[in-house]
Amino acid sequence: MYTTHLAQQSYNFSNLRNLLAKASPARSGDYLAGVAASSHLERVAAQWVLADVPLKQFLTEAVVPYETDEVTRLIMDGHDRAAFAAISHLTVGDFRDWLLSEQATTETLTAIAAGLTPEMVAAVCKIMRIQDLILVAKKCRVITRFRGTIGLENRLSTRLQPNHPTDNPAGVAASILDGLLYGCGDAVIGINPASDNLEATTRLLVMLNDVIERYQIPTQACVLAHVTTTLQAMAQGVPVDLVFQSIAGTQKANDSFGINLALLQEAHQAALSLQRGSQFADGIGNNCMYFETGQGSALSANAHQGMDQQTCEARAYAVARQFKPLLVNTVVGFIGPEYLYDGKQIIRAGLEDHFCGKLLGLPMGCDICYTNHAEADQDDMDMLLTQFAVAGGTFIMGVPGADDVMLNYQSTSFHDALYIRQVLGLRPAPEFEAWLQNNQIFNHHNQLSRPELPALFRSALASQG
Amino acid sequence: MSQPATTTPDTWQSLSQFTAARIALGRAGISLPTRACLDFQLAHALARDAVNLPLDFDQLAKSLAGQGIASLCLQSQASNPQTYLQRPDLGRLLSPAAQRSLQDLNPSAATDAVVIVADGLSSTAISHHAEAFLSLLLPNLQAQQYRMPPVCLVKHGRVAIGDAIADHFAARLCIVLIGERPGLSSPDSMGIYFTYQARSGFSTDADRNCISNIHHNGLSYPQALHKLLFLIAGAEQLKLSGVALKDQSTEAGLALPQANFLLDF
Repeated sequence: MYTTHLAQQSYNFSNLRNLLAKASPARSGDYLAGVAASSHLERVAAQWVLADVPLKQFLTEAVVPYETDEVTRLIMDGHDRAAFAAISHLTVGDFRDWLLSEQATTETLTAIAAGLTPEMVAAVCKIMRIQDLILVAKKCRVITRFRGTIGLENRLSTRLQPNHPTDNPAGVAASILDGLLYGCGDAVIGINPASDNLEATTRLLVMLNDVIERYQIPTQACVLAHVTTTLQAMAQGVPVDLVFQSIAGTQKANDSFGINLALLQEAHQAALSLQRGSQFADGIGNNCMYFETGQGSALSANAHQGMDQQTCEARAYAVARQFKPLLVNTVVGFIGPEYLYDGKQIIRAGLEDHFCGKLLGLPMGCDICYTNHAEADQDDMDMLLTQFAVAGGTFIMGVPGADDVMLNYQSTSFHDALYIRQVLGLRPAPEFEAWLQNNQIFNHHNQLSRPELPALFRSALASQG
Repeated sequence: MSQPATTTPDTWQSLSQFTAARIALGRAGISLPTRACLDFQLAHALARDAVNLPLDFDQLAKSLAGQGIASLCLQSQASNPQTYLQRPDLGRLLSPAAQRSLQDLNPSAATDAVVIVADGLSSTAISHHAEAFLSLLLPNLQAQQYRMPPVCLVKHGRVAIGDAIADHFAARLCIVLIGERPGLSSPDSMGIYFTYQARSGFSTDADRNCISNIHHNGLSYPQALHKLLFLIAGAEQLKLSGVALKDQSTEAGLALPQANFLLDF
């Protein structure tokens, strides 16, 4: 039992799960789940209590039972006590102070990552303001490699997302070319297929492989089909760079996605064995998984197990880090207003997810996005984009004109990526940057050097007349 | 004296023939030119308004009757648009009145399949596409001797409302046509969710197969029907639907264009 007395009232929280939920900043999904604080005062009371909880408590009190949830078992069994030692004496409140202090450097944060559990990180997140989330995340550095190097300091990568409602190859190619000519695509060229079908997935994978080879683009391809479809494709010898899967923070939610840890492990091993990454001076680029997450996904599958959605989300990162992904993407505003109601809730959630993922050692990107039934607009996206990039976000999406004509939502555009790179002086991944410059898409100051069409693409466009 | 240009057009506007995506927008500096910026705002305003436009269920029922298609109007437990948006749980449950309407139907009639039409997030998707698609689908199912109750039209319904209806009829096949979230370029996109042995409270998203993007710039009615019939046949054979039932319908018959200017020249 967790209790406090505040403003002439006493507050009781039955367990850690309940305390975390009540301490979470307000959002519609937690009200929908019936786990949110019932007043401002109750929320602050929970935050006061939470601040006094020792981090060690999280190692003995599971928020979802160990016996029935493989994600809990992964978290508990995989906990690195040696990495935890440096902070094991702290409470949640002390941990916030420590993170903000000079003691928390890039090196120390990297060293403790394996000693942190998702619940510890979720807890401290709940008592941090936006500026705290930005300041601490900015100190984290997570570098991953496949054909390019993602996550270096003062770099921001983009996923080129050339979706088409019927996977028409020329339609997809038109968006790819548009994106490349605007300097996008160093994180991945990643297509959401219109239908999860082996034939369609194969056709898209072969096409992306051919485009990357023909134009010698130092990036990687991904078709965001279900992991079982991608496994079939790999078994048939189809070229697969990155294996994609949506993941969540409970076994039950992952069940509803049709996955479990063993299946992800099988896919990870299969992708590793293909060795399709580039050869670097010290080895091959072998981060070959791409995961997507988002607050509310467990609740939407009725599999949140009484947790608030931000804690659930952080637990998904425990699943992700097991497989050393190249990219993890929180698709923050995609799920809709029943989970994140408006621009304010979407912005905070995006920064929370980035902070939690980075502390846990993940290459966090954010699909800065909203749907047309949410109370949000382009101004909200500009605010999140700017704050996310200031926080050192690893990558964002690049969608033509911010309008995804297949998934029917709004994300960030190629223009948005150029905006944030110009304002903050951020560069693409070094290998991709060199490709852009060598092909006169960017000049040596990383500015668009068109209007002359780069020679590389003149023949392709000439064939269009 | 001529002023220097403040915007730079893109020279590959011809590629717009291949996609409705907002490509080749040009730029002012590195930003969107005014025209493209306002185009976007216009599309967003249209999509926002589409979310709030109610579906005329009486008109739909009348129009279906004109095609000889019997239907039944039902409502979820989400009683208004605000509740519908914020309480997906209520959108998955039938209102007490709807449950009574179902109980009033002939209880002894054996049922193989239920077909449900829900407004979802886009009433225009349903008013534009549901009738035309049903007039292709239903004769096909009838020819396969499937026994079906009237088409259920559900106001403020989510996908899983189909589970409750399939449950009621003890139906083997559950087919839900629903308005998808409106996009800027396709405010009227319809989706189909297919579930084998759908059961309320037990079926999850992993048990469903989805065919999305049915609209004039997306999947055509015959393409969608082809996929759905493939899934139904597969489900009947495997006795399941969802992740384990792969949509491997051959697309050869659909005449999808394969040419790709980036690779073929």
